[in-house]
Amino acid sequence: MIGTLYYRWRKIKSFIMSSLCFLSAILALIPLFIIFYYTMSKGLSSINWAFFTQMPKPAGETGGGMANALMGTGILISLGSIIGLPVGILAGIYLSANRTTMFARAVRFLTEVLNGIPSIVIGVVAYIIVVIPMKRFSALAGGVSLGILMIPLITRTTEEMLNLVPHSYREASLGLGIPRWKTTLFVILPAAFKGIFTGILLSIARVAGETAPLLFTALGNRFWSTQLDQPIASLTVFIYDYSKAPFDDWNRQAWAAALVLIMLVMFINILFRFVTRKRYA
Amino acid sequence: MLNMTEETEVVDETIRIRIENLNAFFGKTQALININLNIPKNKVLAIIGPSGCGKSTFLRCLNRMHEEVGGKIKGKILLDNQNIMERDPVELRKMVGMIFQKPNPFPTMSIFDNVTAGLRLNGFRNKKKLQEIVEVNLTKAALWDEVKDILNQPGINLSGGQQQRLCIARTLAVNPEVILMDEPCSALDPISTAKIEELISGLKKNFTIVIVTHNMQQAARVSNYTAFFYMGELVEYDKTANIFTRPKMKQTEDYVTGRFG
Repeated sequence: MIGTLYYRWRKIKSFIMSSLCFLSAILALIPLFIIFYYTMSKGLSSINWAFFTQMPKPAGETGGGMANALMGTGILISLGSIIGLPVGILAGIYLSANRTTMFARAVRFLTEVLNGIPSIVIGVVAYIIVVIPMKRFSALAGGVSLGILMIPLITRTTEEMLNLVPHSYREASLGLGIPRWKTTLFVILPAAFKGIFTGILLSIARVAGETAPLLFTALGNRFWSTQLDQPIASLTVFIYDYSKAPFDDWNRQAWAAALVLIMLVMFINILFRFVTRKRYA
Repeated sequence: MLNMTEETEVVDETIRIRIENLNAFFGKTQALININLNIPKNKVLAIIGPSGCGKSTFLRCLNRMHEEVGGKIKGKILLDNQNIMERDPVELRKMVGMIFQKPNPFPTMSIFDNVTAGLRLNGFRNKKKLQEIVEVNLTKAALWDEVKDILNQPGINLSGGQQQRLCIARTLAVNPEVILMDEPCSALDPISTAKIEELISGLKKNFTIVIVTHNMQQAARVSNYTAFFYMGELVEYDKTANIFTRPKMKQTEDYVTGRFG
């Protein structure tokens, strides 16, 4: 008798805990659904072809688009990548090749520190090292700040992915009389390519959503500009400016831009899933 | 007791590698203690001994791979009377090829690219010549007939035994003179093992082969000479038939008869 009672109580406890876990899992998803719901309901109506192809209209006029902001975000991400990718990948290779030296340990630790620095601080630093000497806000300064944000992300994933490549491939290559640098470049790096590519995509998705560092550097621009030494528009700053503007139409466009940005990041994440799909097969 | 120097000499053979007072270390641990041994040309030398006796370390000294994992080597290893410790390891490894325990074809390369990797990555680009080299070496590795129609497929799609023969072809393509094999069959099924052993018998006509093995039957089947290592020391070195039928040392006898190890 006591046994049955005990087991019944145990089952009740189990049911309660499982339900709590399930509810928490649902709760974790709620913010995401709220974000989707609001951006969709408020932004979808403003999304049309013109939104992607036209320039912002002067204040007071309705309509117009954010072609310059799309282009600007593209340019800023490209600039960030030009700076962040080579430095990050090469640093990752270095760390993977020299795992235990004091210097490598120090660099590894410092990249983690850099990774934890708030992006607004990096924006201020880019302001000091690029904007002040150039005496103007510029796409270049924005690119530098995004590049700095990308470096630690890329360094760490590159290193981790290279470390995952079995040592036996390295030995096989060295055993054939292939020099170390060629072994790293043509045997190890290709074997880790998928993982590194994933890291690149994720770091791009991360910086695509950055606003704070761009406020100090790229500033934003209401006009079409592809010049690297001039202020440049970006999706995030566009959202920032339009959402606090006193015009309903602008607010609507801010929602639409937010929707576009979310889609962009989601697309990168789906691409990432697609790339990594076969990794564990 | 018998005199060690007498039994570590291989008298009638042309010597390919002469090893004098070889000591190898991993940090503070000494893995090999004062090894003296002569490796005969175009013969198969089997290295046997219980786990941790230094067999693999010994093998990896011969192409200086031991240093790649942070090991240190002291003593002389003379290949054609030249100390390999004074040679460039990259150049040395082209002459002294290596087959590993687990087949390790390059995962991102096709069968064709695997075979030619050593040449291509060292700047050899002649397409026609490469095709010839692929056919010749896959044939030598007894794999050509099985893969001649799928040369563009990834090397890792092959079976384990085929992969190991692919690795042998890859090593042969660099045209080495000495081939080191570190338990090349321990990850393979008996049929694949038989194929590799057959291959070794064929290869010894043109190559000096040193094979580390845990399998004493294998040592008996493929080798001309056998060296028994124990606790980092060379205990006995003789013609394979002698090691297995009338070993001079008690430890060797105990090991080959399965009493310990």
